[in-house]
Amino acid sequence: MSSTTTLKPLFEIKDLHVRVEGKEILKGLTLTLYQGKVHALMGRNGSGKTTLSYTIMGHPKYEVTEGAIEFKGKNILNLKPHERARLRLFLAFQYPVAIPGVSVGNFLRASMKAIRGDEVPIKEFRSKLEEKLNLLEMSKTVVGRYVNDGFSGGEKKRLEILQMALLEPEVAILDETDSGLDIDALTIVAEGINRLRGKDRAMLLITHYQRLLGYVKPDFVHVLMDGKMVRSGGPELAEALEQKGYEWLLKQDQVEGEKHV
Amino acid sequence: MSKGKSSQALKDIGKNYETQYGFKKPEKYFFKSQKGLSREVVENISRMKQEPPWMLAFRLKALDIFYKKPMPSWGDTKLLNDIQFETIYYYIRPDEKQAKSWDEVPTDIKDTFDKLGIPEAERKFLAGVTAQYESEVVYHSMQKELEKQGVIFLDMDSGLREQEEIVKKYFASIIPAMDNKFAALNSAVWSGGSFIYIPKGVRVEIPLQAYFRINAQNMGQFERTLIIADEGSSVHYIEGCTAPTYSTDSLHSAVVELIAEKGAKIRYTTIQNWSKNVYNLVTKRAIAKENATVEWVDGNLGSKLTMKYPSVYLVGPHAHGEVLSVALAGKDQHQDAGAKIIHAAPYTTSVITSKSISKDGGRTTYRGLLKAEKNATHIKSNVRCDALLLDANSRSDTYPTMEADVEKIDFGHEATVSKVGDEQLFYLTSRGIPENEAVMMIVNGFIEPFTKELPLEYAVELNRLIQLEMEGAVG
Repeated sequence: MSSTTTLKPLFEIKDLHVRVEGKEILKGLTLTLYQGKVHALMGRNGSGKTTLSYTIMGHPKYEVTEGAIEFKGKNILNLKPHERARLRLFLAFQYPVAIPGVSVGNFLRASMKAIRGDEVPIKEFRSKLEEKLNLLEMSKTVVGRYVNDGFSGGEKKRLEILQMALLEPEVAILDETDSGLDIDALTIVAEGINRLRGKDRAMLLITHYQRLLGYVKPDFVHVLMDGKMVRSGGPELAEALEQKGYEWLLKQDQVEGEKHV
Repeated sequence: MSKGKSSQALKDIGKNYETQYGFKKPEKYFFKSQKGLSREVVENISRMKQEPPWMLAFRLKALDIFYKKPMPSWGDTKLLNDIQFETIYYYIRPDEKQAKSWDEVPTDIKDTFDKLGIPEAERKFLAGVTAQYESEVVYHSMQKELEKQGVIFLDMDSGLREQEEIVKKYFASIIPAMDNKFAALNSAVWSGGSFIYIPKGVRVEIPLQAYFRINAQNMGQFERTLIIADEGSSVHYIEGCTAPTYSTDSLHSAVVELIAEKGAKIRYTTIQNWSKNVYNLVTKRAIAKENATVEWVDGNLGSKLTMKYPSVYLVGPHAHGEVLSVALAGKDQHQDAGAKIIHAAPYTTSVITSKSISKDGGRTTYRGLLKAEKNATHIKSNVRCDALLLDANSRSDTYPTMEADVEKIDFGHEATVSKVGDEQLFYLTSRGIPENEAVMMIVNGFIEPFTKELPLEYAVELNRLIQLEMEGAVG
């Protein structure tokens, strides 16, 4: 972070409380994503990471009881998932589901059309697709396969990144995109993410481990614990966490808490 | 995106049936049989058709069997026992003669088939067409080229008149009247249907089609089809059917017999789209001799209750049988469909693929039989049944039966039941695709193994049908 850059908030989560099947998972989470910046959100299993990503995208099972999510100053909580997507909000899923019988090609074209609100001429679609496939070192054969059907973990994650590349979101949430990848796949996916960083795009990398952050250097690091943000900092925070573990933060919190008594 | 809305969106499925297919025309008929079934009704049918005495005898014997046979004690017995046989009209002749050109067809009837797109389909991609209205085929044509090659494609009544020897030899040889109560009923009152003979080595590359239309209220339609593909020949036959919607029930009970001689290939495609007041109780069976292939491609979208299990008897070595089916059951519908494959010779192979979709309280049942006779060694079979439930009120059951010595059969079976998952919907909608479009994508994807086997025009039509049905859904 250079001090001369003015940070422009693009996406703001304010005091977010979320219940899933009656149980409160997020308990007053606040987070700001800045234009052109990469934000890492770290946390252990069960801390609420996926709840956050699903809530941002508008999954009906996740009930917001308090707080707001604002995209360019406009509250999006009343919008359906497809309407949020059309605002150029994107979620790369941790576990992308298979849609048998629906070809990747048809799906991608339908999505592009939906996001754009207009037909995508076949010529343009083809050339764009080819460009992005090359970018992600993906084989053309993927286009004729069924969406995520019989895909390996790495193939699924790459298809998510391909979608991100084609749909050109302003805000991209990547939920555990590094999980289940071997080192080769991780390198390719990370490279893809790096190439999709841009001055207008805000990214949120949700991850359990610091591993991905070795390849994609975040501008900000936030730590989520039990439904709340407990710490924010720069890349050094991720490294410290990697070395000392989440327990370290807990202990520190206690010490600091005692100090304030 | 909530579950409630998703099922609301699906409530509209079928609402376009009324304007597209469910329209009715006034009943102006050349002859309408009295209501109900009796010996006299059967004798009248035979007399009007000026049939040979052996056919009348066959009919009367079948009538006797129908009376004696009890209703099936399996399947949807409640709906079966609701059938009011005495309220049905068993024979209606719409016009005095059969037309060779659409201009000769009476206006109301021609208008009906125009609306259904039959003449257009004929011009574009069919080698021959018969159009049946109520009990009789009112229009028939076949390309001259096929005639020259010796292909016979007639309505069944003309077949009996013009090819009595062949008909006598094969008629009811595969499905005797005794087979089941509804085969007996069909045998007693059959009228219309197709008779097809493909000579040795003739390959009919373009499909032949029959279209069955019910117009009258309380109608009973009982067509009878016999297809013989001689050695090394091949044919693709397509049938479609629709009816107006009435508050009272109609009955459709067909018998279809296929014979594939050595090395022959028959594909029989059905797109059944009856209105929801039609009982569709059909017996379909094929024999495949050495190296022959029979494929049933069976789509069931309409009807109140369908009970249909197309079967293939693989009686010669290396014969291959295939049943690929799709069933869609909505509100007040029960699609009880499936397949039967009998391996009666060594080195025979078979594939059964069943896809069913239940929505809005609809019911689908897969009922299958896979059987290997004693001498049937080195056989291979694969069965796959997938059911998709669009909401929690809908139901799907699977009853696969296998009768075989497991040691000599290479047998794969897989069955899945899945819901149009919230997760699939969420995935697609998160990519900007509105919910109703997303549901359609999932459904079309699910039945893709079926649609890709249809001629392009029918695949487009089937997808359009489903699309139409989804229209007006809340996005």
